[in-house]
Amino acid sequence: MLSRVAAPLETATHPEALRRVVIEPVSRVEGHGKVTLLLDDEGHVRQARLHIAEFRGFETFIQGRPYREVPVLVQRLCGICPVSHHLAAAKAIDVLVGARTLTPTAEKLRRLLHLGQTLQSHALHFFHLASPDLLFGYDSDVASRNIIGVIQAHPTIALQGVKLRKYGQEVIRILSGKRVHGVLAIPGGVNRSLSRDDGESLKKDIDQVVAWSQGAVKTARDLYLADLEKNAAFGSFRSNFVSLIARDGSLELYDGGLRARDHLGHEVFDHLNCDRYLRHIHEEVKSWSYMKFPFIVALGSDEGWYRVGPLARLNNADRIRTPLAESERAVFARLGEGGPVHATMAYHEARMIEMLYAAEAIRELLDDPDCYGSDLVIRGERAFEGVGVVEAPRGTLIHHYEVDETDAIVRANLIVATTNNNNAMNTAVREVAARDLDGRELTEGLLNHIEVAIRAYDPCLSCATHALGAMALDVSLEDASGLLVDRLVRDSDGRVARPGAP
Amino acid sequence: MPTFYLDDSEIPFTDGETILEAAMSAGRYIPHLCWRPELEPHSSCRLCTVTINGRPFSSCTQPALKGQKVECDTPALLAMRRAVIQMLFVEGNHHCPCCEKSGACKLQATAYLLGMQDSHFHHRFPVRMRDLSHEGVSLDRDRCIRCEICVRASRALDGKNVFAIHGRGIESNLAVNSPSGLLKGSAISPDDAAVRLCPTGALIAKGRGFESPIGLRAYDREPLSSIELREYQARRAVHD
Repeated sequence: MLSRVAAPLETATHPEALRRVVIEPVSRVEGHGKVTLLLDDEGHVRQARLHIAEFRGFETFIQGRPYREVPVLVQRLCGICPVSHHLAAAKAIDVLVGARTLTPTAEKLRRLLHLGQTLQSHALHFFHLASPDLLFGYDSDVASRNIIGVIQAHPTIALQGVKLRKYGQEVIRILSGKRVHGVLAIPGGVNRSLSRDDGESLKKDIDQVVAWSQGAVKTARDLYLADLEKNAAFGSFRSNFVSLIARDGSLELYDGGLRARDHLGHEVFDHLNCDRYLRHIHEEVKSWSYMKFPFIVALGSDEGWYRVGPLARLNNADRIRTPLAESERAVFARLGEGGPVHATMAYHEARMIEMLYAAEAIRELLDDPDCYGSDLVIRGERAFEGVGVVEAPRGTLIHHYEVDETDAIVRANLIVATTNNNNAMNTAVREVAARDLDGRELTEGLLNHIEVAIRAYDPCLSCATHALGAMALDVSLEDASGLLVDRLVRDSDGRVARPGAP
Repeated sequence: MPTFYLDDSEIPFTDGETILEAAMSAGRYIPHLCWRPELEPHSSCRLCTVTINGRPFSSCTQPALKGQKVECDTPALLAMRRAVIQMLFVEGNHHCPCCEKSGACKLQATAYLLGMQDSHFHHRFPVRMRDLSHEGVSLDRDRCIRCEICVRASRALDGKNVFAIHGRGIESNLAVNSPSGLLKGSAISPDDAAVRLCPTGALIAKGRGFESPIGLRAYDREPLSSIELREYQARRAVHD
C-alpha cells in the first residue's frame, strides 16, 4: 500500500450514524471545493473526503466547434493558468495541421509564454495563498491569516510576491496581448514575434526577478526546516510521481516525454510518447466527486495513483538545465535521503525552485535571437487526432482531441493537473484528519490543517471537473422555515434514491 | 449645395443622397450593421434609425431633404440603438471570447460604440445548424444577424447568388443555394465579398483564425466609426 490510512477513511461503513463536519468553501485555492468529515460519538474520524462542488463540461460543449477555436476556447477553463490550457490545446492542434516541429521562433516564444505563466502562478500561490499559513502558523488567528496580514507583518515578502507575479503577467501580456486569456499560439505556430523594444523592457527587471526568486527558495526552505519533523510528517504519504521530462532527463515544462516513477523512485515508464498516454493512464469515476481519479494502468487503480506538480517534477528530474535552480534542486533532493521526497509540505520549496528556473530560463530566452525572428508558422500533413501535453504550474496537463473531415471536434479528453492530484489530495486530507483531528475537539485552526494540506497541491478545482453523463446530484427540498421536506440523491451510475425512505 | 440639420449640425447633401450617406460624407457617423456603401440599402437592422418630426425613419433609406430637421443622437435614440444591439446578442449565440472574428467583428465593435455593458434581455440560446462542410469557408448560423449583406453581396458583387433567407420572423435563417443545402457544393469561395463583408463571425474564411494578434486587430487601435468614415470618404473621393 502506498498510504497507511487511505482506504479505511474514504468511505465509512455506517455514515448515517456519524456527525458531519463540513469545511466549505476550502479557501485560498482556485475554484470551489469542500471537505466533509464524518465523526463518531468519540470524535474519531471515520470518513474524510475532498469534494469538488462545481461542475464544468468543456469536453462536451466544444464538440462540434472548429479546431481553430479550441486553444482560445479551452483556456477559459481557468483564470490562473489559461496559458497552460492554451498551449496544451495548441500542441494538440499542431498535430492536426501536421506541425509536429515548430519553427524555432514559434517554439521559443511559446516556451517564454509558458515560463511567464509558471512564474506568475507559482508566485501567486506561495505569496498570496500559502504564505499566511507558513508564516503565521496553521492555528494562528484567522483574522490575520491572509494576504492582508502578510502585507502588514512582512511587507517586503508581500511586495516581492506581488512584483514577481506582475513580472510573469507582463511576459504574458506582451506575448499574448492580454494578462489573462490572450492569444499567442495558433495552429502550427504563433501569431506574433517579440519586438526588440518589448524584449529590452523585460530585460530591465529580469535580474531582480531572478534574485527575488532565489530569496523565495530560501524563505520556503527555511520555513520547512524550521520544524523539519512536523513538516516532513504533515499530510505525508508515499506515492508514484508523473511528469514530463526532457530528452536528457532534465526538468521540462513545455515539451518532452512522460516519466512515471514509483514511490521508491524506480521507473514505471520513461520518455513515453505523449500520444500514447491513454494506454498508460486511465481515470476512475467515484460517485461522490465530479473529479475523476487517474491512475497508472500498469499498477492498477489501488496502487497506481500518483502525484504531479512541482514535487513530482523535481523528484522525476535528473537535473535542471539552469545553474541556480539546479544547485537548489540538489539541496532539495537531499530531503529524500536517496529516494523521492514524499512530504506534502515539500511542494512549497519545489515550487519556488521551479519559479527560480522559470526566471533563469526567461533571462536566457530574452537573449535568444530566435525569439525576435519572423518565421512564425509551419504546416504539414493533416491528421485527425492530436494529443498535447504540457506541465502546467500545478502539474501534468493532457489535452486530446479528435476531429472529423470538416475540422469539427468530435471527441475531447482533458486530464488536468488537479485531476491528476485528486487521489493525492484526498489522501493528504485523510492523513491530516487521522493524525491531527482524530478524537479532538474541532476548532477553526484544526480544520485549517486540512486546508493547509490541500493548499500545498495548489489545486485549481475549476479546471479539474469534467465528468459528464449521469451527474451525481443531491437535491434537498426545504420549506420556507428551512425544514427539510424531501431529499433525492442520484449517484454517478444514475441510480436515484430517497435517503431514509424504506 | 442644399443642407439639412442633423441634431445641431448643418449637413450638406447632393440630390438623391440618403441621410446616412450625407452624414457619412460630412464626417457624422450613424451606427449601422446592414448598410454597406457598395450594396443597395436594406433597412433591416434599424440601428440607423433617426427621427424627423418625431417619427422614426431608417436613415439608410430616407432621402435627405432641404431644411429637414433630423434628430440622431438623442438619449431616446441612443437607448433604442443599445436595446437593438442587445437584442441581436441575445437572439443568437455570440461567444466573443473564442470567436475568430473577435476584434474585427462589426457587431462587437458596434456594441462597444453604443456602450453596451450587458445583455439585459434573457438569452434565447437558439439551436442552429453549423456548416463546416466547405474546405475554405465556415458558416456559423449562431452568429448570423440576418442583415442579408451576404445575400446581397453574393448576388451583386460576386455574381453567385449563394445565400437566401428562409423562414419568418425570429425563426428566419440563412439558407445556402446548393443541392444539399450545405456550403460544400455551393459556388462560395473564401475570397468572396459575401464572406469578406459579413459583419459578424457567421461567415469566416477557414485557416486564418487568430492570425492577427490582440492589439493589432481591425478595431483594436481605431474605433469602428473613424475607420468607416475614412473608408467611406475615400470611396466618395474616388467616385466623385
